[in-house]
Amino acid sequence: MDVPFILSWTTYLPAACALLLLALPGASDRALRRIALAGSLAAFVLSLHLVFHFDPFTGRMQFEESVSWIRLPAFEIRHHLGVDGISLFMVLLTTFLTPLVLLSSWRSVTQRVRPFLACILLLETGMIGVFCALDLMLFYVLWEVVLIPMYFLIGIWGGERRLYAAVKFILYTMTGSLLMLVGILYLFFAAGGDTFSLVELVARLESGALGWTSREELWLFLAFGLAFAIKVPLVPLHTWLPDAHVEAPTAGSVILAGVLLKMGAYGLLRFCLPLFPGAALALAPCISVLAVIGILYGALVAMVQPDLKKLVAYSSVSHMGLVVLGIFTFTTPGLEGALVQMVGHGLSTGALFLLVGMLYDRRHTRRIADFGGVAHASPVLAAAFLVVTLSSIALPGLNGFVGEVLILVGSFSRSKVFGTLAAVGMVLGAVYMLRMYQRVFWGPKNPANAGMGDIGTREKVLLLPILLLMLWIGVYPPPFLRRMDASVAGVLRRVESARAPGGSYRVDFMDARGTPGEETK
Amino acid sequence: MNPYLVLSLLLFLVGTTGFIVKKNVLAMFLCVELMLNAANLAFVAFARDLGQLQGQIFVFLVMVVAAAEAAVGLAIMIVLYRRRQTLNPDDADTMKG
Amino acid sequence: MMTELLWLLPLVPLAGAAATGLLGRRLPKRAVTLVAVGASGAAFVLALAAFMELLSLAPGDRRIEREFFTWIAAGDFTAQASLLLDPLSAVMTLVVTGVGFIIHIYSIGYMRAEDGYYRFFAYMNLFLFSMLLLVLAGNFLLMFVGWEGVGLCSYLLIGYDFHRPAAADAGKKAFVVNRIGDVGFILGVLLVFLTFGDLGFGRVFGKIASDPSRFPPEAGVGVLTSIALLLFVGATGKSAQIPLHVWLPDAMEGPTPVSALIHAATMVTAGVYMVVRCAPLFSRAPVALDVVLVVGLATALMAATIGLAQTDIKRVLAYSTVSQLGFMFMAAGAGAFSAGIFHLMTHAFFKALLFLGAGSVIHALSGEQDLRRMGGLRRRIPVTFWTMLVAALAISGIFPLAGFFSKDEILWAAWAGGHPTVWILGLLTAGLTALYMFRLIYLAFFGEPRHAEGVHPHESPRSMTGPLVALAILSAAGGFIGLPAWLGANRFARFLEPSLSLVHRGAVPHFSHALEFAFAALSVAVALAGIFAAHRIYLARPGGAGRIAARWGAIHRLLRDRYRVDEFYDRAVVRPLLGLSERTLWQRVDVGVIDRAVNGAGASILSLGGILRGMQNGLIRSYAAWILAGMAAVLLYLSLLRS
Repeated sequence: MDVPFILSWTTYLPAACALLLLALPGASDRALRRIALAGSLAAFVLSLHLVFHFDPFTGRMQFEESVSWIRLPAFEIRHHLGVDGISLFMVLLTTFLTPLVLLSSWRSVTQRVRPFLACILLLETGMIGVFCALDLMLFYVLWEVVLIPMYFLIGIWGGERRLYAAVKFILYTMTGSLLMLVGILYLFFAAGGDTFSLVELVARLESGALGWTSREELWLFLAFGLAFAIKVPLVPLHTWLPDAHVEAPTAGSVILAGVLLKMGAYGLLRFCLPLFPGAALALAPCISVLAVIGILYGALVAMVQPDLKKLVAYSSVSHMGLVVLGIFTFTTPGLEGALVQMVGHGLSTGALFLLVGMLYDRRHTRRIADFGGVAHASPVLAAAFLVVTLSSIALPGLNGFVGEVLILVGSFSRSKVFGTLAAVGMVLGAVYMLRMYQRVFWGPKNPANAGMGDIGTREKVLLLPILLLMLWIGVYPPPFLRRMDASVAGVLRRVESARAPGGSYRVDFMDARGTPGEETK
Repeated sequence: MNPYLVLSLLLFLVGTTGFIVKKNVLAMFLCVELMLNAANLAFVAFARDLGQLQGQIFVFLVMVVAAAEAAVGLAIMIVLYRRRQTLNPDDADTMKG
Repeated sequence: MMTELLWLLPLVPLAGAAATGLLGRRLPKRAVTLVAVGASGAAFVLALAAFMELLSLAPGDRRIEREFFTWIAAGDFTAQASLLLDPLSAVMTLVVTGVGFIIHIYSIGYMRAEDGYYRFFAYMNLFLFSMLLLVLAGNFLLMFVGWEGVGLCSYLLIGYDFHRPAAADAGKKAFVVNRIGDVGFILGVLLVFLTFGDLGFGRVFGKIASDPSRFPPEAGVGVLTSIALLLFVGATGKSAQIPLHVWLPDAMEGPTPVSALIHAATMVTAGVYMVVRCAPLFSRAPVALDVVLVVGLATALMAATIGLAQTDIKRVLAYSTVSQLGFMFMAAGAGAFSAGIFHLMTHAFFKALLFLGAGSVIHALSGEQDLRRMGGLRRRIPVTFWTMLVAALAISGIFPLAGFFSKDEILWAAWAGGHPTVWILGLLTAGLTALYMFRLIYLAFFGEPRHAEGVHPHESPRSMTGPLVALAILSAAGGFIGLPAWLGANRFARFLEPSLSLVHRGAVPHFSHALEFAFAALSVAVALAGIFAAHRIYLARPGGAGRIAARWGAIHRLLRDRYRVDEFYDRAVVRPLLGLSERTLWQRVDVGVIDRAVNGAGASILSLGGILRGMQNGLIRSYAAWILAGMAAVLLYLSLLRS
């Protein structure tokens, strides 16, 4: 069965739902919440269709659709969508997390419910669109579309320093994306000024109709890469993340950590590697160094955070460093590990923020020192938190391990030093997560927890799907890995094609010719 | 040709100087009209010199705009005077009423 | 039949864990007991059946490998979910499920009054599952799953009384220190994959054995040695060897059955098991073997000396465990892998018994753990006393109890392997073992009662003494399956042989049985000397211990403070790391440099905007002036351009 425009339906259904919300003036908050939830669930169901009809044996784009969007005599911008093994799970992650996010804010957001729901639904449309867009201009537009609702989520429903955090978030991201726009335009004119289509551009690069000088390629890579590196975030471009997380409402944090950060890593995979493989090869050592620094740095700084959300935010820096390290190994295990880790991090960190939100709803504090002995008052919450903690520190049998071990395999086969340092991150991860767990949940009974109560049915419904999915990925990941194989192989072929016969490429910002230098391996 | 342009320039400078120096909105308004008419004069002069009609047509347009502007401007002035009891534009330097 | 149902073996305890963990809160205690103890008993029966089936096969065919599904596959990296039953894993399975079952029964009585009864049994069953996975795993990565799984259970069970900060701290410390070792393990696994392109034990060791030109016994540090050393790092973590031994004594914060099962009999021996499992690899890496030997010896000696000066009954036993684990590694390091496993097995019996006995003592004294406040318990709790005495004699190596055979085999292997120094120090350690063990016995059971007023020592219920007796029988008789050559054939070693496929270093020197017998007699004599010394110091002359402690004050304090290793780590690693993270990385780099740069960029743009805002003053005439100035500038520019 082939549903026409399935991707458009999935992408724009939430936005349509958001419009519906705004168009119903008299509806009660309760009704609005239900409509929003129904809309996001419908999008999830539609995205399930993608999984069931996905052909794992081809690396091409599937469910492709392309209609003219802006047409001028010289060129046209097409509304061109498609998914492959790389974007499929990102789309699913988005549609999976959004209903949960809406459910999580059922009680905690009571002010300005209508715009809140609309923001989240709009955000969902933007995120799905980013993962499906195959036209550079469309991608750019949707990339920016994501910023605006997030800005409002932080700025309106956030904590005390929400304005500072929101502005910092938007300035950081805008700086990157403006450079990306410049890169897109340069790419457009270099390609002859007639198309923004990613598929077409890659085809031209492959056929040799379009080619880069190494200097050109490096600057283009950096223009795109900076936007993505900020989003990931790669050290030292990460300082917007802790502030944004701390100030954002639970729903915002979950989406931010669960999906938004993945947009950066996804961008690297989708655009930087296939379009500028030579520069990716040349810069891989530098980026890997930054990634490893990020892994260790994030973990070390997470260790001393007094605030739960900040701790989780810095742990994200560490985990996403691992993802970037995996991508820049240019090996199948590394890339697939990075993808699994992206999904896994979305689940575990998303769940962590949900749980921190639940703690906050009960105690109205996020300072670790204010807690202690919570396990006495809320055993089920403590148990769920423990599972998520273990998933975050990559305990085998849960999702985190599969991604991490694959990334380690990839990076260790490239460089023993990077592999070893990344493995050291595993120890630090255990240190900060277990320290936090102990200080929050263990310890003597605490009178401050008297009125806490355990988690209710709504919250159980919220957590159960995430926990089951964690277990599934951890115990039986082949259904996920198999669907990535062909697309990952395609990306790797592109990268390998840029390896000169001698296998050399060197970092050179000024030299126009790619002169052979040292091995990048 | 040149005398017309010199006259136009003089008119324009008078208008500009007046606009900057005067503290009465009404006077400033008159100065704007002076500047517009200086431009009109230049248009007509060029149109005649180059033997084209566009310049003259443009003068009509400017006159219509000037008339509309005068109507709106006077209305604003009346409102301003009613609210502030002044015609000095420096007292109306905030957008808030 | 059983071999087809191999997957049941780990899954039965897992099902038990799931049932008790998820539903236990709503079930009555009796149902929890039935499910959890039933699951461990069923696992034991299955293990027994599997063992019997393995025995019925010809020695060369005793190797059953089952692949169930592909667990992780990406590119050329694949890891199967596969189980391997061979003599080595069969023996381990029996030890784990057997001792596990006995301790489950003991726990019924010991944990009866606890609130988290169901939680305890869920963790215990989960532990059995993880341990069986570790033991039966057919490849390195799956073994790592069990490896981390037992670590998790250990963490949860040490922190079982999570309201006590000491227990919570100890649990976390155990997990983190183990993680340090695990990094070594996983790196070793990665190096195995890079070298062999495979992770299955059978295929990796097959490649080593079939390709001696590529993998010859290494003289220096080659790839095999690197792998072996990395794996050994993992073993030092799990089996509490220097320098990662610090977690095990603290782990005694857990309930006593946990100490018996996890921190004495099974989990901590996983490191030894792993080294023996990788015997084909280690035996081609002499440098690694030497490291194993030296670390094992140093740990055995160090822990035995610490054990002399501890006053907490469980801590004495904990250091004894560390010391005995050192013995097992000595065996492996000397190339006597089967002797290591033999000692692992006998140790599981008598050390579990010692811990359960200690639990019974603690139970009898209503929670008292300090040896200085015990004494005279011999007649009050006779079953506990007699069974513990058997265990103490066994661990001291008195003929014909289990410990004698296994320890003697290790010492003999050290001598025969050409390590006389190791042999002497090992003998010394054996003497110290007898000394600290009988110090415990004399302090707890003999002399005047020193317990607090109002405590009435009482024997434990049947469900607790039953397991003691069962383990005492095993401790007494367990050694006969591995009789040394001078008393007949060593059937145990021959049974394990197919699992090891060793490469011997040169020709094995042959010694006469008479010499072997003389050595055995000597080690018994040393043990007896240790017991005698304990008797003199702690029983015959009241105050003798205090005088010795006073005379060797500095050494006594050093031993009592466990060589201050914890304090050293705290000062050399933990605090500098926290300081670096807090002050340098977070406050200075993150907030001080990066954020300041970002905020600075923002502020400079704001101040630039502030200057430009001056123009936007709302005064219409100033706007006009600006327009005029602009126009003038444009005209000027144009006229300059023209000229």
